[in-house]
Amino acid sequence: MSEPRIMLTGMAINEAMDIAMTLDPKVFLLGEDIAEPSGGVYKVTKGLSEKHGLHRVRKTPISEQAIVGAAIGAAIAGYRPVAEIMMMDFLAVCLDQVTNHAAKIRYMSGGQTTVPMVIRTSAGAGMGFGAQHSAMLETFAVHSPGMKVAVPSTPADAKGLLLTAIFDDDPVLFVEQMMMYWDKSYAGEVPAGDVRVPFGKAAIRREGADVTLISYGRQVHDCAAAAELLAADGVSCEVIDLRTLVPWDEAAVMQSVGRTSRAVVVHEAVTRCGFGAELSSRIHEELFGQLSAPVQRVGSANTPVPYASNLEADFIPTVADIVAAVQRTQG
Amino acid sequence: MSDVERPDAPDRDTLLQMFEIQSRIKLCDERFRSMLMSGQIRLIYYSPRGQECISAGWGVHLRQSDYVVTIYRGLHDHLAKGVPLRELWAEFLGRATGTCKGKGGPMHVTHPESGLMVTTGIVGAGIPIANGFGLAAQLSGTDQVTVVNFGDGASNIGAFHEGMNLAAVWKLPVIFVCQNNLYGEHTPMSMSTGVEYISERAAAYGMPGVTVDGNDPIATWKVMGEAVERARSGGGPTLVEARTYRFWGHLMGDAMEYMDKAERKAAMAADPVVLYRAWLIDNGHATEAALVEIEEQVTAAIDDAVEFALNSPQPDASELYTDVFGDESAAMLNGASR
Ligand SMILES: Cc1ncc(C[n+]2csc(CCOP(=O)(O)OP(=O)(O)O)c2C)c(N)n1
Ligand SMILES: [Mg+2]
Repeated sequence: MSEPRIMLTGMAINEAMDIAMTLDPKVFLLGEDIAEPSGGVYKVTKGLSEKHGLHRVRKTPISEQAIVGAAIGAAIAGYRPVAEIMMMDFLAVCLDQVTNHAAKIRYMSGGQTTVPMVIRTSAGAGMGFGAQHSAMLETFAVHSPGMKVAVPSTPADAKGLLLTAIFDDDPVLFVEQMMMYWDKSYAGEVPAGDVRVPFGKAAIRREGADVTLISYGRQVHDCAAAAELLAADGVSCEVIDLRTLVPWDEAAVMQSVGRTSRAVVVHEAVTRCGFGAELSSRIHEELFGQLSAPVQRVGSANTPVPYASNLEADFIPTVADIVAAVQRTQG
Repeated sequence: MSDVERPDAPDRDTLLQMFEIQSRIKLCDERFRSMLMSGQIRLIYYSPRGQECISAGWGVHLRQSDYVVTIYRGLHDHLAKGVPLRELWAEFLGRATGTCKGKGGPMHVTHPESGLMVTTGIVGAGIPIANGFGLAAQLSGTDQVTVVNFGDGASNIGAFHEGMNLAAVWKLPVIFVCQNNLYGEHTPMSMSTGVEYISERAAAYGMPGVTVDGNDPIATWKVMGEAVERARSGGGPTLVEARTYRFWGHLMGDAMEYMDKAERKAAMAADPVVLYRAWLIDNGHATEAALVEIEEQVTAAIDDAVEFALNSPQPDASELYTDVFGDESAAMLNGASR
């Protein structure tokens, strides 16, 4: 047996792009500062331009519309571009390309043209960047039918979901919470080679009988921590990691909540109209009579992300918020 | 600059006023960096060191009622527009006494009282907004002008091109100041920009465009003065490209491996503030003692501001939920408290 391959999230994402480019000459990357000597502002594309060439790891001007537009065009023409939007807030600058073009082109063309493109973007609060560099806007894409959306929570998923995204024939928004890139507490084992994780297949991170916690991305770890605390109080939580939001694994969620009769949905995006609202609504539609308590939602405050460190810490949902939400479902 | 007299120089008061602004910027920046290095404070810091002469160049032409828009690398612009040191430091440190109650932070400093209207973290986004300030002045018949600052990298984003065209078509009283420090994040301008001079782009929109050595305070003062005068007198917008250099890379902690070492060394050796200081003395515009006095006053004001900021509390927890809307009734905040 060889040693387990323990990797950081940033490294796993890098490996996925490396493998995809090695497998398929149609895969290329474009984005701001992604080539050497910089290797990306978060170093996630480190080394790739040296290995695969500057024609395939293309550094762009600061021009988000031009980046995503070029990715769409090349994708229609048969390439598999992976565009990087440095931070998710900047998605707003090119949202027309995403929502009016990438998302709709297959439909508008009656299936004649498709956009096999990935937009990778780093996101999330906790870095002290303030309001314009911290948002979680995955529902922008969820609300653009035609876009798929993935938000990994582990290095193995980051790699496996990104490989799936790159070889998927539809456009994918791939959300990378920047707090996870190089933090050892999110490190994990990553299988070698072209190992893909399918879309629409949730992972049960912890089995439990009393309450189902449904989450994605970094907050899955908070759910696991909350479950650990609650176990000490005799409350047994099941933790479901959705991995992808479009499509999402309804079967797994309904099966679990059908059994536990209680659900808490958790994400970092602001609560109001966050993906949790969709989850909660679907659970009520399917399981209304079987629920022992209304589905509880935990998300960020419905405010812009504040700068002051104490306010930023209050803005993001915490383990304590999750525990409190679970307690609201009890009794 | 050298020790030659400059016939194009402004009067002595203006020269010293520019020196005072430059010193505020330089000394504030040095304090921020030393406190960051020693771990006394923690924040994401974009040093404006090297770019002092540009802000000082427009700063002395503006009135309090004029408007300024700037970017995340904005400390120099904030200071040149007169944002008070105490509130500015407190905002950078995320304190309740800051310009924005600690809720905006360095990337979003706002102080309407000083005319510092918007600081944005989104590249290029200030340009269209500046047009709105220009339009408001035009509509209300005031002679206020707006200076919008942005980088070389920002000249490649759609907002720049749309904003420049609109300003020209509407003859808005806006001065577009491109602080060209030759890099956008980790990318040299030559790898991202198809023209040698960003000012060339002005012609495409039908407005005057001029490139100036942004490290030459007198040339910069002159060009800014002409642009401000044009805007104030109804002559419309100008694109000023002021060439300069970022001494400390994109942000503190930047390894700067993408920058040419010799190039940076040469730029720092030609420190525009240091050269200007020497020129003022060599040409009899000020004595060493007079400049030391200015520097000491600035240092004392910074000491006071740092102490004020460090002794200020963080915002009250309730501030998370205020200022989202003007109407702060429970209905507007529904669900906000999770
Ligand atoms: C729309 C957008 N894209 C990307 C970024 C990330 N970013 C922040 S600063 C920067 C470089 C900007 O360079 P320039 O305009 O030359 O200004 P400088 O930092 O040199 O002062 C980039 C790419 C951003 N903030 N906004
Ligand atoms: Mg620049």
